[in-house]
Amino acid sequence: MRLATFLFSAALAVLPLSAQAAEKTLTVYTYDSFTSDWGPGPAIKEAFEADCGCTLEFVALDSSIGVLSRLRLEGENNKADVVLGLDLNILAEARDSGLLAPHGVTPQNLALPVAWDDDIFLPFDYGYFAFVYDTETLAAPPKSLKELVEAPDDLKIILQDPRTSTPGLGLLLWVRKVYGDEAPEAWARLAKKTVTTTKGWSEAYGLFLEGEAPMVLSYTTSPAYHMIAEDEQRYQAAAFAEGHYMQVEVAAMTKSTDDPDLARRFLEFMLSPGFQSTLPTGQWMYPVIDLPEGLPEAYNRLVDPAQPLLFEAEEVAARRGAWVEEWLQAVTR
Amino acid sequence: MPDVMLRVEGLTFRYEDMEMRFDLAVERGACLAVLGPSGAGKSTLLNLIAGFDRPLAGQVVIAGQDVTTWKPAARPVTSLFQEHNLFAHLSAGENVGLGLDPGLRLDAAQWRQVSEALARVDLAGLEQRRPGQLSGGQRQRVALARSLVREKPLLLLDEPFSALDPGLRLEMLDLVQQLQRERGLTVVLVSHNPRDALRIAEASAFLYQGQVLAQGPTRALLTASEPPELRAFLGPESL
Amino acid sequence: MPWWLPATLALALVAAVVGGALLALGLAAPGLDLPGNLGDAYLWRVVRFTLFQATLSTVISVALAIPVARALARRQFIGRGLLLRLFSLSLVIPTIVAIFGIAAVHGRTGWVNDVFALLGFERAHYLYGLIGILIGHVFFNMPFIARILLQAIEAVPPETWRVASQYGLRSRDIFRLIEWPALRTVLPGAAGLVFMLCFTSFAVVLTLGGGPKATTLEVAVYQALRFDFDLGRAVALALVQLCLCTAIVLALLQLAVPSSMTLTEGRRYERPDSGGRLGLATDIGAVVVTLGLVVLPLAAVAVAGFNARTLEVLSRWELWRAVGQSLVIALSAAILALLLGGAILVSSRILRHRLGRPGAAGRLELSASLILVVPPFVLATGLFILLRQVADVFALGMPLVILVNALMALPFVVRFLGGPMMEEALRHDRLCQSLGIAGWNRLRLIEWTGLRRPGALALAVAATLSLGDLGVIALFGSQDFATLPLLLYQAMGGFRLSEAAVIAAVLSLLCLALFFAIEWGLGGLRRRGHA
Repeated sequence: MRLATFLFSAALAVLPLSAQAAEKTLTVYTYDSFTSDWGPGPAIKEAFEADCGCTLEFVALDSSIGVLSRLRLEGENNKADVVLGLDLNILAEARDSGLLAPHGVTPQNLALPVAWDDDIFLPFDYGYFAFVYDTETLAAPPKSLKELVEAPDDLKIILQDPRTSTPGLGLLLWVRKVYGDEAPEAWARLAKKTVTTTKGWSEAYGLFLEGEAPMVLSYTTSPAYHMIAEDEQRYQAAAFAEGHYMQVEVAAMTKSTDDPDLARRFLEFMLSPGFQSTLPTGQWMYPVIDLPEGLPEAYNRLVDPAQPLLFEAEEVAARRGAWVEEWLQAVTR
Repeated sequence: MPDVMLRVEGLTFRYEDMEMRFDLAVERGACLAVLGPSGAGKSTLLNLIAGFDRPLAGQVVIAGQDVTTWKPAARPVTSLFQEHNLFAHLSAGENVGLGLDPGLRLDAAQWRQVSEALARVDLAGLEQRRPGQLSGGQRQRVALARSLVREKPLLLLDEPFSALDPGLRLEMLDLVQQLQRERGLTVVLVSHNPRDALRIAEASAFLYQGQVLAQGPTRALLTASEPPELRAFLGPESL
Repeated sequence: MPWWLPATLALALVAAVVGGALLALGLAAPGLDLPGNLGDAYLWRVVRFTLFQATLSTVISVALAIPVARALARRQFIGRGLLLRLFSLSLVIPTIVAIFGIAAVHGRTGWVNDVFALLGFERAHYLYGLIGILIGHVFFNMPFIARILLQAIEAVPPETWRVASQYGLRSRDIFRLIEWPALRTVLPGAAGLVFMLCFTSFAVVLTLGGGPKATTLEVAVYQALRFDFDLGRAVALALVQLCLCTAIVLALLQLAVPSSMTLTEGRRYERPDSGGRLGLATDIGAVVVTLGLVVLPLAAVAVAGFNARTLEVLSRWELWRAVGQSLVIALSAAILALLLGGAILVSSRILRHRLGRPGAAGRLELSASLILVVPPFVLATGLFILLRQVADVFALGMPLVILVNALMALPFVVRFLGGPMMEEALRHDRLCQSLGIAGWNRLRLIEWTGLRRPGALALAVAATLSLGDLGVIALFGSQDFATLPLLLYQAMGGFRLSEAAVIAAVLSLLCLALFFAIEWGLGGLRRRGHA
């Protein structure tokens, strides 16, 4: 009996007690590394709550796709006011869900490498995919995607699966952008160098850090983490001459929100320095505005792509299935 | 001097709180009954002789050899227990065959030996039956047949027939005596029933709390008035 | 109370959750185009590969587990107890953590290769491919099977060893005549469970298998559900997975030999085959293989936990809050699993023992395991759809996690508790029936002594499984709720791989500590020589 009482009180002690807030609450769906204590979430929450005098509630889903799935599952009765953290590849599907509302915000001073014109989605950060390599084991990394594809097979790389991971899909689109219809042949040659293709980014990057291969598919900003948080210069990104495929993360407000004004206010806040300045060292992505304090010094040493590569969201939605099919054929031959 | 088959000297063992010490001797070709109440150490004595337990001190000498440190399989001893003698998933024939080769690799002559042993204990033709398909008495006969094929000179019986009905029990005891006489076996029979001793054992020993309190010809032992523990064990009835 | 009631209630719960989830998902799908979804050749290639790797993994895990179980049964050595506890750890470690541990030992730059390089040999690149899949699955499953097999060997009546001693049975005779018959009774059930785990294994197969050539059915379901949001296809594929697995495991059960357990006095006798050079060599070999495939990766996980970030992570109160929440969930889920498992076994052993229908009993116990065959994200999505009509899903978070974790641990509880409960029935059933001792009294007064240790083991396994499991919470979304695995994934996703390594090590040590605590506390003092 005493064991039960102990368990019960222990449960009470650690269960969240819901705050009885008489004030307004804004519910934001996002993914869990954003809201974790090491991510930008906590700082953003503090800043916004101070600004609006309301309560900001994050709901952490397991991934960007998880956010969209959750929204679609809930349908019109969803509890979200804002969804934060969708990426370009699922933009079309998100739009087609019919659950998101025009934001009515006119973004000023966006510093994106590409022009942005969308009435539903607003970008909040961006980055580029890149191959990160270990300078201690690879002295001369390839200088272009073509060079990587044509390198001898003893140059080993770790990739992610485009069927289950966003960077994996990013590389698929990157190769397609550079090679066009010759993408399958390029993939066949890449496959010979691939140590393994993992389910998600974490597995791949972790294996890379363990030394399983000298190169891994990641982001241009990955080395910034090592340089800033660990004071480690060892990992750098390889600059590819054709350019790097771009990743833009967006947010939108829902049609079902109780408080469109508050949602809009959040989206505006999202484009303000209060939000954006948490990104370089919280999210390890580029902010979409020019920060008054500028970027951390280490960011100057990151690869600055010659050209941002991007497909239109609609095209991605339409052709993705076929492209993944082709990729599968090419790498499993 | 009569030929001593088994001699146990100062054999000491500790079981729970009881310190046991055994001294006894059995002649070749004789049958000794070991009597006593439950907990007296009868099974322990047999275990020590067979080698399943290690004594703290003392000796076990069989056929003139000191086997105290020998493994059970090396000792010239076969044991028969009250139950769990047979392997449930082997047939009667295979169980007996184990006595000839622990790997059950027998040639035709050996399988014939198996059949003959089974026939000797009145189980002819039952080679293929599983223990589960045999009665209690039949199972004990299979075990007996197995001890025969081993051809070891010393046979230890730990209340093997206690669970059988009276008529069957007497039959089995008679069978044991026949086999003993046929093959010159030396038998040590543990029982809590003095009638068993009377029937087939020329000599008996009385165990009480880990000690051999009395030993001698069966008839004399069972009618002795000393020691009092023996009288208490035997009860008021005269045999 | 009719004998079938406990199991029926327990299974009704399982069926409600699994069936409800699948049904909800199916109904929410715009159209369940089964022929269309199941018609393509690609799918059947994937199914063939999934079957192939699952079968091979199970066979090899069993083949390795047998010598390991024998070695543990007949040798007492320093560290035996610790090794057994480590065995329980390998099943509960989060997959991604295990992958890192295995790569650290067997990878291209792993410990094994470092030793090769030191000795002047060529580096061997064996990990990413079929061998990688096998190593991963052996890591997870071989210890579990070994533990079940050990339990079976130790259940052999001790008097059998007496006969074996006297008849001079050698090691191989003992295997043939004593151990193998005992193993045969538990092997089909355990192998079936492992087959299910290997069949539905996702990240291990993909990552250690080297990539898309090693695609399993679960990848296809994941793709359909998460990326394509094609609910219909997801349900269709999940149903294929469910049917296939069930059919195969049922077939395996046909091989099951009913246990010919008999009563025993309980006195222990020494095994005669502890000597013997060949036996010693095999045993040492088995232990070495175990060290290489199981203990070393676990050690790698522990070692990785000591890095520049260790102190910082350990001093965060969020970590300890997550530890607390994880423990509450784990223990609650474990108790629930134990109750459900006990309910199923009470009925199944009556089926087996009193009504003499071991086949039906086996199938009853099997149905407890079916939840393992449903992909967790399918289950989560289905449950979400089902429940959100009824209640606020956020509020349901913790109870739901506890329920699903309990159901996931249920098959393991049934495996570990099944044998001992049968033994207890053999020993006491008739007596209890004649004296009219039943229900709670029977458990408390009669069976508790014999069931205490296996019950503690089952509880400990269920609790640690739950500790290391993400459960459905990741897919439901959490607000304030953080368990250790969730914290782990958050850290990993946010670049914090060193922090993640520390959390992984904390998780592993916590599992180990929980195991010891439950087994000692509940199971009573461990006598030397027991599993």
